[in-house]
Amino acid sequence: MKQKYNIEVDCANCANLMEEAAGKVKGVKEVSVNFMALRMTVEFEEGYDPAAVMKEVRKACRKAEPDCDIEL
Amino acid sequence: MKKKQKIMLIRILAAAVLLIAWNVIPLTGLLRLLCFAAVYLIIGYDILYKAGRGILRGKVFDENFLMAVATLGAFALAIYEKSGDYNEAIAVMLFYQIGELFQSLAVQKSRKNITELMDLRPDYANVESDGTLIRMDPEEIEVGTEIVVQPGEKIPIDGIVTEGTSALNTSALTGESMPRQIAPGMEAVSGCINMTGLLKIRTTKPFEESAVSKILELVQDSGSRKSQSERFISRFAKVYTPVVCIAALALAVLPPVIRLLGGMGPEWSVWIYRALTFLVISCPCALVISIPLSFFAGIGGAGREGILVKGSNYLEQLAKLKTVVFDKTGTLTKGVFEVSNIHHSTIPDEQLIEYAALAECASSHPVGLSLLRAYGKEPDRNRVTDIREISGKGILANVDGKEIAAGNGKLMDELGIEWKDCHSTGTIIHLAIDGDYAGHIVVSDMEKPDSAQAVRELKELGIRKTVMLTGDVGKVAEKVAEDLSIDEVYSGLLPADKVEKVEELLGNGTLAFVGDGINDAPVLMRSDIGIAMGAMGSDAAIEAADVVLMDDSPMKLVKAVKISRKCIRIVYQNIIFALVIKFLCLLFGAFGVANMWYAIFADVGVMVLAVLNAIRALKVHAL
Repeated sequence: MKQKYNIEVDCANCANLMEEAAGKVKGVKEVSVNFMALRMTVEFEEGYDPAAVMKEVRKACRKAEPDCDIEL
Repeated sequence: MKKKQKIMLIRILAAAVLLIAWNVIPLTGLLRLLCFAAVYLIIGYDILYKAGRGILRGKVFDENFLMAVATLGAFALAIYEKSGDYNEAIAVMLFYQIGELFQSLAVQKSRKNITELMDLRPDYANVESDGTLIRMDPEEIEVGTEIVVQPGEKIPIDGIVTEGTSALNTSALTGESMPRQIAPGMEAVSGCINMTGLLKIRTTKPFEESAVSKILELVQDSGSRKSQSERFISRFAKVYTPVVCIAALALAVLPPVIRLLGGMGPEWSVWIYRALTFLVISCPCALVISIPLSFFAGIGGAGREGILVKGSNYLEQLAKLKTVVFDKTGTLTKGVFEVSNIHHSTIPDEQLIEYAALAECASSHPVGLSLLRAYGKEPDRNRVTDIREISGKGILANVDGKEIAAGNGKLMDELGIEWKDCHSTGTIIHLAIDGDYAGHIVVSDMEKPDSAQAVRELKELGIRKTVMLTGDVGKVAEKVAEDLSIDEVYSGLLPADKVEKVEELLGNGTLAFVGDGINDAPVLMRSDIGIAMGAMGSDAAIEAADVVLMDDSPMKLVKAVKISRKCIRIVYQNIIFALVIKFLCLLFGAFGVANMWYAIFADVGVMVLAVLNAIRALKVHAL
């Protein structure tokens, strides 16, 4: 399943860091951060609850780049 | 400007004014240090805060940390050397912040620019209720509702016109300025602007599935598929910063140690200063921003021209295009039969067409329809009686008391009428009036007027091979290929054969398949770049293709290639420009030629120029 989320981030490199961090979260199959459109597209693994996974994703992103946010 | 940006601007101005003031007012000693430190905090407190937070989280190599180390280091050196010159540290921070502010403004501006260009989203839909129009949220409109679109308004949802005629401005969707006529029974595509008359439209899709929503979705998503250049830069950025930092550390420590061993004075402060200069140049953000920005601008510019590119990777591939495979019907030809010739007629051509049209007036066959179109008037059915269709051969009918036979050679043979063969390719309709041969009409699928030009210009752009695939018979296909000077042609193909052919052709450079999106989804998916043409309103095509040309002209493909080339050129310019300048600065910094001032100027300057260059990708109209 694929879902899109609006994100808040200030610089392009920070967006790359977010992408990297989010990709390591369990349950995330693939993730792509589009800095220009401020969007994060997440594909989830089978059998994971997107809401729960996204909470982890946000946590991971915040750790990698404190000045970012994901609208859940 | 957002609040955050305004605050930053105020901080920058305040710091700049104070910095000048402290240099004019002669301050000395501790007071001088405190005054300068205050300015430093004004301009850099957030960087210091973030750097501190980064250290606590064990993240050492982020740009905040680097800027903090570089500027604090410069400060410390000035104190240690008792030079009292604190300008450098503050200036570095100041320029860094100016650069960041500029970058965020530029990004915001181009975001806004592009969303405005793609200003398609309708805000409301009018629904009539008790004789008055009520504005409703398009998302709340159910399928089958009748909506009213007044002149000057945008069509909010796809549907069928039930009442009214008008001209539609499709430029937001197709980039085409010619208005499109619309009448009851015709499909109205959302995103078009109704220009002249009031239209009533019965919606056939919910808002989310209407063309306009799909297109907006697609444009917003386009950046998610990253190009090789973007991947390269983000990989590069990951390596670049640590390498520069390690180099800085080595620069601070190694030369003094070697000098000590060699019995010379270590000159610690000189080498530490040079190392700090390194750190100033180590932030990769300038480099990282200009690449996605270029692609974003390129995709935005293309969108404005009616070319939807689904991702920057496709833009990149489009620029490298080597082979173009065209579908024939509907792509290079109009896909609509038209009367192209009339031969051997014994009566005036118009009359021949009139008889043929009247005989075919009840027909729904494409050939019959083409005759009716050529006739141009509503046929008077009262003049026609006794229509008999002879399957696979043609039609017999009585028109104005005359016995008309319209059909192929077999029909003429059956009636024992001598007929003349035709050298033209296409479908031939022979006509006989009261048993006498009256000539024949050639009906064929016409080439689009700009197909030949498009093929020629593609060649000029360096496309190596053009191929045409068609389900049509050989004779017709070869004629079209010859007219358009297509290199290779394969005819008589079933949809599955087309996939096979494309697979055979793959592997010799980037291959694009161009089709009208009907029946060719598998081929669109299989080719390197699937390009759907004339897809206004066709969901299947929008879904399956990588690039969607919103109108029917094959010249749009030429334009798409030109846009992609310009965009890629800008991307490469930016990558090379930024890398060369950064590298030179590192080199000059190491040898002490460039001081911190040069370093920060170079860093911010490169970024500003790269961003301005990137925005150029938006201007593609004149290509």
